[in-house]
Amino acid sequence: MSSIEVNGKSYETDEEGYLVNLGEWNEDVGNYLAQTENVAMTDQHWEVINFLRDYYNEFQIAPAVRVLTKAIGKKLGPDKGTSQYLYDLFPYGPAKQACKIAGLPKPTGCV
Amino acid sequence: MSEGAIKKFMFVNRKAPYGTIYALESLEVVLITAAFDQDVSLVFMDDGIFQLKKGQQTKGIENKNFSPTYRALDGYDIEKLYVEAEALTARGLTEDDLLVDVTVMSRAELGKLMDEMDVVLSF
Amino acid sequence: MLHIVNKSPAERNALESCLRVAQDGAAILLIEDAVYAATRGNTAENHLRDALSRFKIYALAPDLEARGMGDRVMAGVATVDYGGFVDLVAEHKNCQSWL
Repeated sequence: MSSIEVNGKSYETDEEGYLVNLGEWNEDVGNYLAQTENVAMTDQHWEVINFLRDYYNEFQIAPAVRVLTKAIGKKLGPDKGTSQYLYDLFPYGPAKQACKIAGLPKPTGCV
Repeated sequence: MSEGAIKKFMFVNRKAPYGTIYALESLEVVLITAAFDQDVSLVFMDDGIFQLKKGQQTKGIENKNFSPTYRALDGYDIEKLYVEAEALTARGLTEDDLLVDVTVMSRAELGKLMDEMDVVLSF
Repeated sequence: MLHIVNKSPAERNALESCLRVAQDGAAILLIEDAVYAATRGNTAENHLRDALSRFKIYALAPDLEARGMGDRVMAGVATVDYGGFVDLVAEHKNCQSWL
């Protein structure tokens, strides 16, 4: 098990850097994880992160990319519900990067 | 991924949640299968209908409550959920006790449906 | 004696075997998937109701709640938490788990 340190507090992560206890997540941890992914967070980024956290709270899974794209389009507008938009924000993939920054586990069926 | 013919997949769920790992395993395979754009049907029969029971609270047994995930299936375009009518009756449950919209079918009807499948996966 | 059953009555015959073998006055604790046997309207209900006159029957509350069945326990069955589980084990001189 590895860990990261944010504001003097230690957080457990798995070998790929995903937070182990999602209940420990806060915005500072999100910012720290974003830095490790070389993602400069903007309001657009946070919008997706918050959406992911809400989705997880409701359904207890991290959505597959296709599902995320569709759901974002429904919630935040069709211009944002495209994989282009999400990959512009998270170049290594919304599943890999956005879920990690949001403190969620890796999506099931992540392909 | 959309190359090739679409096949009819049926997942047959017959086990109660938490007592064994089958229910959770099935759900994970279903979510993965959803990525491959196949024609997926989920059947809940025998104790499997307990997977869909409303009001599950797993804090006390320190297990993950995965029942909310059944409500995400719609977003994964998995809309064919079938529940065995006899199994509901035998357990004192009705459709109102279930946390998702389902089609209730008799065993005989389920058997017919099963016959029409290309692939049947059993959990 | 304390008998512990953890299998659903619809799937295994563990509860049936237990009810056949247990002596009058025994305590029977239903845990995990066996708690479904203690819920109203299930097909084993009458079976279990008859057994209530011979045995003291308990069901583990956290397992009922996990399965969304906490509010439909049949009358006559007592619910216990993990502390109560431990007490039952401690109170009886021996214990059989019907795996």
